Amino acid sequence: MKLRTFNAPRADIHLIEGGSGPDLFFLHGAGGITADSPFLAALAEKYHVYVPLLPGYGESEECENIRTMLDFTLHCHDIMLALDLDKPIVVGHSMGGMIAAEMASVMPNDVDKLCLISSAGLWLDEHPIPDVFAAMPYELPELMFHDPVAGGAIMTAGADFSDPTFLQGFLVQNARQLGMAGKILFPIPERGLSERLYRLKAKTLLIWGESDKLISRPYADAFNKAIPGSELVTIPEAGHMVMIEQTSAVVKAIGKFF
Amino acid sequence: MKFTWFNLMPWPHLPADFRQKHKSVWVDIDSKLYDPVKGHDVYNDYMDMLEYADSLGFDGIGVNEHHQNAYGLMPSPNIIAAAISRRALNAAIVVLGNSLGLYNPPTRVAEEFAMLDVITGGRLVAGFPVGSSMDINYCYGDIPALSRERYQEAHDLIKRAWSDPEPFAWNGRYTKLRYVNTWPKPIQNPPPIHVPGGGSVETYDFCLDNTYSYSYLSFSGYIRAKALLQGYWDRLTERNEPDESPYRAGFAQTICVADTDAEAERLYKDHVSYFFNRCLHVAPGFADAPGYRTIKTIKAGALSQFSPDLGEAAHMPWKQLVDEGYVIAGSPDTVRERMEDLIKGLNVGNIFCLMHVGDMPMDKTKYSTQLFAEQVMPKLRNMWPDYADDSRFWPTPLEKRATPGPVSDHKPTTGGA
Repeated sequence: MKLRTFNAPRADIHLIEGGSGPDLFFLHGAGGITADSPFLAALAEKYHVYVPLLPGYGESEECENIRTMLDFTLHCHDIMLALDLDKPIVVGHSMGGMIAAEMASVMPNDVDKLCLISSAGLWLDEHPIPDVFAAMPYELPELMFHDPVAGGAIMTAGADFSDPTFLQGFLVQNARQLGMAGKILFPIPERGLSERLYRLKAKTLLIWGESDKLISRPYADAFNKAIPGSELVTIPEAGHMVMIEQTSAVVKAIGKFF
Repeated sequence: MKFTWFNLMPWPHLPADFRQKHKSVWVDIDSKLYDPVKGHDVYNDYMDMLEYADSLGFDGIGVNEHHQNAYGLMPSPNIIAAAISRRALNAAIVVLGNSLGLYNPPTRVAEEFAMLDVITGGRLVAGFPVGSSMDINYCYGDIPALSRERYQEAHDLIKRAWSDPEPFAWNGRYTKLRYVNTWPKPIQNPPPIHVPGGGSVETYDFCLDNTYSYSYLSFSGYIRAKALLQGYWDRLTERNEPDESPYRAGFAQTICVADTDAEAERLYKDHVSYFFNRCLHVAPGFADAPGYRTIKTIKAGALSQFSPDLGEAAHMPWKQLVDEGYVIAGSPDTVRERMEDLIKGLNVGNIFCLMHVGDMPMDKTKYSTQLFAEQVMPKLRNMWPDYADDSRFWPTPLEKRATPGPVSDHKPTTGGA
């Protein structure tokens, strides 16, 4: 996978790109994604994968002019236009799923294949989503993974919080990334998507980890109910970071559906 | 020097094992710990104390805004300010302050501060904090990365609402109003404005740009505040500002006075411990929502957000708290000496005296307050003779002000014309 940059109307884009096959446009979650992701490598075996980093993620500059859900949605659509992509498979994880579902609802004629993985965007009072903005770093593996020990080891690989330089870098990254994500996820990760899903026309696949403790199973059912003709695939021994814990099962489900 | 008697209004009935059994004093504090009937006495005692400080000649009496917080029982400081303003007739009413971005529309701040200024005959000091992350983000749901932009817009709107003599339309990003026409207008237009800050470069500049006084409301005392306030003064020098008047800055300090140093320890130790141990028990996850601090500020070294310093003094012995300046405590002479260090060391003209601490009962609070007012304050009064005429940061009230009339005069007469 290679990283390149180009201009879009609202911000400079840092794009991870690689592989060959049908176009696949992937929108990452609030934790971000890197070019060495095994999940992206697996996708790249079957698809031409395009992964824009949202402003503030990776080395990209923060963007003060992206504030609202509509801004995020149009920004991601701008990227698709700039890449000259014609109806790619649009895949989004968590926050990325929320944006992907918005794109498919706001521009229903431009998105005909949609895959939402552990997607944010809905809120069910009976199943409140835990507040990741008040979570300490050490509390995250429990929320994110089916196997918190193994997952935590992946998350904190190389981390040394007692090193002030590392800590400052971590805090800066956290402020940049979650500061940006907070614009659509804080304090409640819901911005009215449920009122717009009726517009969506895409053939839609939902993928959920069976032990997702962050955005739990009832959310999968709620998306499934709200999107006509959608199909839900649940994956055992996987939490919210399903594509990290069960990479091949996720890639296989996408390959089978589209 | 300007001395403001300042009360956070802590809840004095937190259990002894609060730190062990409860997650946080703030945001998701167990609401079962609040008892409104006890609260009735707490509020009235605290308002008595503010009024008592006025009677002893403090320059100001101060209140501030916190939400869902057991050490700060004033979600609306303006209510307390209004309530005390009819018995406290001389001191400035220092509201430190209203978190501008939380008021919808923010013209509410323009209106309420104008009311307070008019009621008090021009005695208002208007505080314009952004607000802590706990208050504005976690309690009030303001989006962290947008908080500063919202604040800035609210600030501009409030200032114009006070100053523009004509109704105007406001097409803001966060507030849209067809007719802004604030009634009443303040007597002091604008009132002196103080901005509580926590070390962000942006807030230093904001104060210097607008000639506002920068207040550091720390609980960890003057010795640890040195670096932060030095950052402010360095910034002022960098920008070639025309003066370094100490009234450009203020500092909050816990102060306990008794006849002797030993007596101060005996009288106040447990109450100070209550404050540092129970009141400052804040869950670290609520310390700083990501995006609340700017990247520039984090890079400047605000690492405290990862392990907030609020709990660091929880188990410190009295001697250490005093030696390290968390608390200035002792005989009037001891307190005076250390106050001189504070005032000179930080170059500050405004002191917010935290004299009611934790669960301190009223008799001790009065005793400490009286000793400070009578035996310490007079000796510190003229520490900045070169800046005695600097009136930019303190109210200039009407000379002839109304006093509350006797209630018996208000009996109905025959009615009609």
